[in-house]
Amino acid sequence: MAETRSSVSLTIDGKTVHVPPGTLLIEAAKQAGIEVPSFCYYPGLSLQGACRMCLVSIEKMPKMQTACTTVVTNGMVVRTDTDEVKNARKAMLEFVLTNHPLDCPVCDKGGECELQDMVFRYGAAETRFLEPKLHEEERKFSSLVYYDRPRCILCYRCIRVCDEGMDVNAYGIGFRGVHSEIIPNRDGRLECEECGACIDICPVGALTSGTYRYKTRPWELTYTGTICNHCGDGCKTTLSVRNNQIIRANNRDHSGVNGEFLCVKGRFGWDFVHHDQRLASPLIRQNASQHPATWEQALEMTAERLQAILTERGPNAVAVIGSNRTTNEESYLLQRFARAVLGTNHIDHHRTADFSSLVRALTEAGAADRYATMEDIFRASSILLIGNDPTHQHPLVAYQIRQAVRQHSASLYVINSAAIKLALRQAKLFLKVPPRREVDVIRVLAGGGEAPDLAEGGSQAITALRDRLRQETDTVIIFGDEIRGGGVAELVRWGLSLPGRTRFVALGDYANSRGAADMGLLPATLPGYQPLADAAARSRYESAWGASIPAEPGKDLRSILSAIDAGSLKALLVFGSNPLKTFRLDQSVLSKLSFLMVAELFPTETAAMADVVLPAASFAEKSGTVTNTCGQVQALKKTMRRAGTRSDFEIICALARLMGANWRYRSAEDVLREIIAHVPGYAVPLPSLLVGRAVATQPRGLPPLLEDSNLVFSSRDSLFTSGTVSRYSWALNSVDEAKRPYGHIF
Amino acid sequence: MLSESLKAKFEEIIARYPLKRSAIVPLLMFGQDEIGYVSDELIEEVARAVGVPAIEVIEDVGYYSMLHRQPIGKYNLQVCTNVSCMLRGGEAIFAHCSKRLGIGHKQTTPDGLFSLEEVECIGACCGAPAMQVNYDYYENLTPAKVDQLIDQLREAHRNLGSGTGE
Ligand code: SF4
Ligand code: SF4
Ligand code: SF4
Ligand code: FES
Ligand code: FES
Repeated sequence: MAETRSSVSLTIDGKTVHVPPGTLLIEAAKQAGIEVPSFCYYPGLSLQGACRMCLVSIEKMPKMQTACTTVVTNGMVVRTDTDEVKNARKAMLEFVLTNHPLDCPVCDKGGECELQDMVFRYGAAETRFLEPKLHEEERKFSSLVYYDRPRCILCYRCIRVCDEGMDVNAYGIGFRGVHSEIIPNRDGRLECEECGACIDICPVGALTSGTYRYKTRPWELTYTGTICNHCGDGCKTTLSVRNNQIIRANNRDHSGVNGEFLCVKGRFGWDFVHHDQRLASPLIRQNASQHPATWEQALEMTAERLQAILTERGPNAVAVIGSNRTTNEESYLLQRFARAVLGTNHIDHHRTADFSSLVRALTEAGAADRYATMEDIFRASSILLIGNDPTHQHPLVAYQIRQAVRQHSASLYVINSAAIKLALRQAKLFLKVPPRREVDVIRVLAGGGEAPDLAEGGSQAITALRDRLRQETDTVIIFGDEIRGGGVAELVRWGLSLPGRTRFVALGDYANSRGAADMGLLPATLPGYQPLADAAARSRYESAWGASIPAEPGKDLRSILSAIDAGSLKALLVFGSNPLKTFRLDQSVLSKLSFLMVAELFPTETAAMADVVLPAASFAEKSGTVTNTCGQVQALKKTMRRAGTRSDFEIICALARLMGANWRYRSAEDVLREIIAHVPGYAVPLPSLLVGRAVATQPRGLPPLLEDSNLVFSSRDSLFTSGTVSRYSWALNSVDEAKRPYGHIF
Repeated sequence: MLSESLKAKFEEIIARYPLKRSAIVPLLMFGQDEIGYVSDELIEEVARAVGVPAIEVIEDVGYYSMLHRQPIGKYNLQVCTNVSCMLRGGEAIFAHCSKRLGIGHKQTTPDGLFSLEEVECIGACCGAPAMQVNYDYYENLTPAKVDQLIDQLREAHRNLGSGTGE
């Protein structure tokens, strides 16, 4: 490669390397395939120069230099293979081991420890220190984070990831010299987001996890890359499983939309899967109470009762509520089942964001390429955040925003009724508005006009924001449930009128709330945001399914509930949803039903009222795809089995068969192929999904206008809650921080 | 609550530095002089005054041995045993103090009057062996001089009024 003006050329161990100016020597060596050992250096974090493991010799420099802090210059001649360098490494490791207990046989990190690897490759076999080693007892920083001082090599990675990655600043170095140690922020205890990033980044076994410690050895585990099932951000995570038990979650290969990031729910909150209150057998109501039954009995009873009600009252007496967590394949099948088998469009789900209105507005504007991905949030030069509190509700989005601001000085603008952490810590401009007035600000931003009482700082503040945004070249606009229906249309219209490029993200709550909308778990919208009223769209699905779809739009979720209350709706099927709690229903409403079936993981309030309860498989026990809040599709991989449960896919297929349908799906992948072939916007490359990539979708469609703005609302989960599921997580309930009021800033 | 005069002092000190956080240690010293030790409240106030997370202040408190997290004796005897003093009997001075007061390194007498500390060079080598009592220096020490000093301090305390400690 020829040297160009934008590259620096140097020699490392006789090899010539060309790298961009400003490259660190350690990175240049990596490019040349030469490993320079390091502990404290960590790409993406600030430079520390603490461990001296990376010493190399550079011609014309009197002493060895740290490769992790040295910037390359033209003509530099570097050697990493001399005796001097080798001896320096030996000496540094001897130092690091001065007080290190070498308790590898019982240490969690044994087998995947950077210190073990380093000593094995570069260390001396003996030590000159004969003094007794200093010992300190292990400390419990929180129920999830433990610290073992003797193992700590003081690389500062934990401190930096907490400061720079999390912006929580929970750690410091206490005392000095050989007594130096990592100290947490509250008198020996941590008060923080409990994300566990510090445990993950620790090169040794000094920080250990409350759920993993002393349980296993890394080589006894099987690893499966899948997707977190909590919020809508879609973090990739590797579940480590032994004997059909998940023991740990971390994003092992740092791939996917989240790199190494996981929040407390992703890293620790999977334990609900093993909770002993998981439903393990179908239940059938006899007289007043529910009794265990076989799968065949429960499914047959469901089919019979449904058939009877259909015969007696017609399809308008039956409704289906879908889930924000089940896979795309399951949501797709569920609406097919409702429309083509039951013959009703009374199907909906708890909508936590108004995705439909976003798709409609972008399609109308001919701007269906303006959906932003997680990566786009990080790359954007400016971000406008309207409503929501991503620090709690969308931890990965919050992380992407923080990194955009920290790593390339993106400008963050916030419109919110609360002083959320991002507004206080990262925002260039924060417009505080009275609750539920966010959309009015958009109106003023768009149309000018006066609104002196709207925002703190009056019209001037709004004008200032408008002026700033007009100067930006690449803005991602992120909005929560505060903006819905017509508000979304106004926001999109104004956003697209800005001089720079604008892209959009709507924030919805759970792992597949976006997929639920994309797959048509909606009363008047077919998969891919095709309006049910569009006869051509209807007939496309009719010919794909070989069945007819009723043309009359169905009832939305609130109308379903009031029809039940009024007595006109007699049978309800609920999959992975707890409407009794979400919609604050009185039990008496559901007791008016003739038949209620609930497929669930746990005995929820709604399940307790059901005539038939079916124990469903969790995200860890099935395969399929989910779509994150940005519209990126990713594969869920089956990690383990749970006796007694069946996936929603199996349940829906079994019911369809019992009700006379002739479906030929053998696996969720067959459904995915159908989705790829028939759902507009979902022609995603299957191989990409299977190798674990996130595939962005750009839906195009003109779904009907939002029927009623009360249909869209977020559950406002905190960092430590995840709807009903988090009640069954030991880890999420074990930390003191979970008791803090909603929105607390750590 | 910090006193008004301490708060004013904080402002004056912070104004002296181009970077606010450079003032952390002096603020802690003045705060400790007034309160007697570095209290949780003092840490919070200093952190707020210079605009850093509290953990950064806690780091400094742990690093500097002159900052105390617990109340200590009214008179803090800091005996130097570093090279010059060691060569001229500093270790014997420390041992004598320890025997006379009945306490060891970083301990306080039950009446709260004296604390004892073994410290590194206090910059008084020319008068070795030396010790510092709070901010005052005593040099060319002998066990007899130490006894005399301890008696004087007790006496001074008694004259200040019966055991209010302040
Ligand atoms: S678990 Fe707490 S201390 Fe560790 S990185 Fe996360 S926020 Fe910081
Ligand atoms: S606890 Fe781990 S990450 Fe933190 S300084 Fe010690 S070795 Fe490094
Ligand atoms: S940010 Fe969301 S998707 Fe990512 S780990 Fe947390 S809950 Fe899971
Ligand atoms: S890696 Fe260079 S000093 Fe630690
Ligand atoms: S060695 Fe004691 S004062 Fe310097």
